[in-house]
Amino acid sequence: MNLATQGTPVGEPYVVEPSEPVAVEVQALSVWYRSFQALADVSFSIPRHRITAVIGPSGCGKSTFIRCLNRMNDLIPEFRMTGDIRLEGARIYEMDPTEVRRRVGMVFQKPNPFPKSIWENIAWGLRINGRRHDLAESVERALRRAALWDEVKDKLHMPATSLSGGQQQRLCIARVLAVEPEVLLLDEPTSSLDPIATARIEDLLIELKDRYTIVIVTHNIQQAARISDYAAFFYLGRLIEFQKTEDLFTRPRCSMTEAYITGRFG
Amino acid sequence: MHVRVEDVPRRVAVRRRRWGEKLLEGCLAVCASVAVLTTAGIVAVLIFETAAFFRVVSIWEFLTDTQWTPLFVEKHFGILPLATGTLLTTGIALSVALPVGILAAIYLSEYCPEGLRRALKPALEVLAGIPTVVYGYFALLFVTPLLRQFIPSIAGLNALSAGLVMGVMIIPTIASLSDDALYVVPRSLREAAYALGASRRQVVLGVVVPAARSGILSALLLGISRAIGETMIVAIAAGMNPRLTLNPLVPIETMTAYIVQVSLGDTPTGSIEFRTIFAVGFALFLATLVFNVFSYAYARRFRETYR
Repeated sequence: MNLATQGTPVGEPYVVEPSEPVAVEVQALSVWYRSFQALADVSFSIPRHRITAVIGPSGCGKSTFIRCLNRMNDLIPEFRMTGDIRLEGARIYEMDPTEVRRRVGMVFQKPNPFPKSIWENIAWGLRINGRRHDLAESVERALRRAALWDEVKDKLHMPATSLSGGQQQRLCIARVLAVEPEVLLLDEPTSSLDPIATARIEDLLIELKDRYTIVIVTHNIQQAARISDYAAFFYLGRLIEFQKTEDLFTRPRCSMTEAYITGRFG
Repeated sequence: MHVRVEDVPRRVAVRRRRWGEKLLEGCLAVCASVAVLTTAGIVAVLIFETAAFFRVVSIWEFLTDTQWTPLFVEKHFGILPLATGTLLTTGIALSVALPVGILAAIYLSEYCPEGLRRALKPALEVLAGIPTVVYGYFALLFVTPLLRQFIPSIAGLNALSAGLVMGVMIIPTIASLSDDALYVVPRSLREAAYALGASRRQVVLGVVVPAARSGILSALLLGISRAIGETMIVAIAAGMNPRLTLNPLVPIETMTAYIVQVSLGDTPTGSIEFRTIFAVGFALFLATLVFNVFSYAYARRFRETYR
């Protein structure tokens, strides 16, 4: 199937401006790794305290995209970008990267707890951000928010690696929540988890969206449909379509989006 | 002349192959067992001669007497002076090699550009290959005169100079192995730390170094083991005076240096003086064995963490 000849031609994405307050604005974002262009001219607005799903086939640039939102790509020497990303109106590429990453937390594909105790995993992030008082309360609050407290409250000093995969991933979420970010980025957070652990994380994200702006990359279309309020479909480094999840799944404007969500490729 | 395989009667070919296989297997087995048999032989000789030594001298005297004078008329067999000598030079060496080695490893693994790391790593390993006799004369003829500029009272042969140079000698071991340990800490852990708003220093000291700690400890123990067993530097630069002191400015004698002293002299084989070197050698063997075993155990634990 020749995708380029179908529907909306590449270069004219269908992007809806959300009718609610915006947390992150992306304007004309293009990214290169050396000479390879990973993202081309991506522009859309991420609404505050909503779950925005980023979907698309492998290699479409969705991970690259969310790693721009907390300046994680700065760690890659070959990375180069143009365009603008604003967090609550302020240009993040003009801010101190550690400040950006504190305000925009990130959870990764594979659970990556530090080889420390459960308690230390959360306390460390607090300490490096200068929050040394009330550590115990902050740790408990973070674990409660991540729906992990009841399972670990009696073994806070056990190594984090002794937890199950799903618990480790919730610990990673708790670790991020502890430093009280405004935005929570999740890069395929359930791809290494079983269905029950996945369901727990999805429920958790829905609970969390009252307090945090959530951006989740997922290759699981059903997951995007279940939990997200808005969805962005990426293909070959371009944003093809962005609108409310309900509309994107029931009335996709681009035939490529339709082909992807109905499982005809990807 | 061409002889094709098909021309040889089949059974002969098979038999020949079987003999060939057996012969090759035998050769390989002999080669493989050389190291094991040598070790076993050394340990057997050590134990045998040490046992003979302890039939004359009590273990109690060996461990508690504060003098070591087996080559004099009035003989004392207290290993303490030699043991403190070894402890002193090893301690001085570690006080140099531990901070420098670990900081060098952190620089190599976490800060220096990849190209520079590729150039520096082999250079470190070349440093590890310098014959220790060179280090020994370096200590005696360069470092000691240099130290005398600052400490006029220092003796020509002393523990400080030998210890410092020995420290330089084990830096490559500690730096290179610690660098390996730091370098394999998964990228995902560093990313997790950066994503919490950590600075580079916080990521390195708070996450990467603790994650690599068993590998670093293993490197340190191996360095200590090398320092304890090091012979040439201390024999040349630290002196041959067994004395119970922790003063680094005077001549001392380490366990290894004593073995050299006796081996080079005209001590008759089979005499009690001669057997002392086996007793000392056995003590040395036990000490380095303990450190090697712990080093190996920590290295294995480290590998298991990141499999």
